[in-house]
Amino acid sequence: MSTASSPLIDRRTIIDWLGIAPFMIFALMFLIAPTLYLVSGAFFNAEGHFTFENIAGLFTPTIMSAYWISIKVSLASSLGGALIGFFLAWAIVLGGLPSWIRSGLLTFSGVASNFAGVPLAFAFIATLGRTGLVTVLLRDWFGFNLYSTGFNLLSFFGLTITYMFFQIPLMVLILTPALDGLKKEWREASEILGASNWQYWRMIGLPILWPSLLGTSLLLFANAFGAIATAYALTGASLNIVPILLYAQIRGDVLHNPNLGYALALGMIVITGLSNILYIWLRMRAERWQK
Amino acid sequence: MKMTKFFAWFAIAVGVTYFFVPLAGTFEFSLRMRRGEYSLDAYGSVFSDVQFQQTFGFSMLMALFTIVFGMLLVVPTAYWVRLRLPQMRPFVEFVTLMPLVIPAIVIVFGYLRLYNSASYIPFTGSLLGTNILLVMSYITLSLPYMYRSVDTAMRTIDVRTLTEAAEILGAKWPTIMFRCIFPNVMSGVLSGAFITFAIVIGEFTMAALLNRPAFGPYLQLVGANKAYEPSALAIIAFAITWLSMGLIQLVSRFGKLTQSRP
Repeated sequence: MSTASSPLIDRRTIIDWLGIAPFMIFALMFLIAPTLYLVSGAFFNAEGHFTFENIAGLFTPTIMSAYWISIKVSLASSLGGALIGFFLAWAIVLGGLPSWIRSGLLTFSGVASNFAGVPLAFAFIATLGRTGLVTVLLRDWFGFNLYSTGFNLLSFFGLTITYMFFQIPLMVLILTPALDGLKKEWREASEILGASNWQYWRMIGLPILWPSLLGTSLLLFANAFGAIATAYALTGASLNIVPILLYAQIRGDVLHNPNLGYALALGMIVITGLSNILYIWLRMRAERWQK
Repeated sequence: MKMTKFFAWFAIAVGVTYFFVPLAGTFEFSLRMRRGEYSLDAYGSVFSDVQFQQTFGFSMLMALFTIVFGMLLVVPTAYWVRLRLPQMRPFVEFVTLMPLVIPAIVIVFGYLRLYNSASYIPFTGSLLGTNILLVMSYITLSLPYMYRSVDTAMRTIDVRTLTEAAEILGAKWPTIMFRCIFPNVMSGVLSGAFITFAIVIGEFTMAALLNRPAFGPYLQLVGANKAYEPSALAIIAFAITWLSMGLIQLVSRFGKLTQSRP
């Protein structure tokens, strides 16, 4: 049958590789090449010479403060989302609640974790903005002016609260299977040995769960760090976070140096990349207990 | 045990408050357009806006193209990797997860520099090219979800046996692909399609930076210029997301029913 095949590469191997050629070409053109272009651009100046100037240029006050606010918002919303998400997941798995609450919350989480972007910003403006429902009710019913406390939706705190609307559901969705994996026997065994509830969680529950908890928090962190639509619709260009700075740079070269824009993008890739690599590593550790 | 139950109810109460209040607030705000009474005027104003119809139609069309071409790319690849190149599986999976790692704004930044009108492949030089680039960017964004749902559906069928059976009966490649593999992973294809739809319909970053008149940039524009319409739009967007997720659940339940057939 194989009269035409050469001794080095036979025809079947070529056909095998041709089968995923469309996917490879797509990935190369629309994912890998654009990213590599930016990454390499970060190390060259306008004249095409190799340089570290752009990377050094990131360490100026404006850009550093943008990264710092972005990191703060992402960290606060991921930790807050992780904490509340953990308690919600705990409540539906181990809280002894009726089963319709579990399925209801999981369905809602599926929806809310995908409800992001511009409409989410609208929802929070209508709720906590200057004429929003909660602001008005607090004023009319309790005579309490929310905005006199220094609260502002268009700020670090406002953005954090808004981001948690998609962070909490994501945590619930990922953590529920992990909590389901806590075996009843472990709890019973520890109780027989005289452990208290607190001891069970400190010595058994949390050590098993922490890779899932920490890993998912990292995923939430990266999720918030790259998000732009919600922040842009909420604050316009007034809040100086990295994605908005990059958006302005793409639109109009506000940094007056195209290659500095590439370095800005590289910084984002490094931060989201690191948190995702850590997430994958922790996830592999966590899965040992879920079998 | 009583304490546990109390804390569980407490957690649920906090969660429900946090999630319910913004939705209720948005809904209430969207009804306030007519002074002194509740009305659906804001919704009427949104639906009668020509720009709403145009941008929504444009995004629907882009979502349709994304789903069709995305699936034509993803299903044969997932099939082929399972059948012939299992050693490439980790690599392909890694690539499909990359869009979750690289922020959308970075990807589109790369497109704008790599495919501008002065480059070898000037996608952004023409209207058609820009639209194609937008669809490609949406396929990239939804790649993790499409690939995962298709691959999960493919796990439940025996790809090798199906292919061999079809070959013995004399089927050619297109027949195997479209009359044998696609129908068998339909539940995965459909749930991937609905989540893609939910992502693409209100997407902002790609469309805004590629300057296309999509629904996402329109939402942002309305938000900057109008008072009550944004809330109505937020409720509409939430309803669309809910509908997509509901359809996914329906499809996966249907998929399970057909699989349990002996």
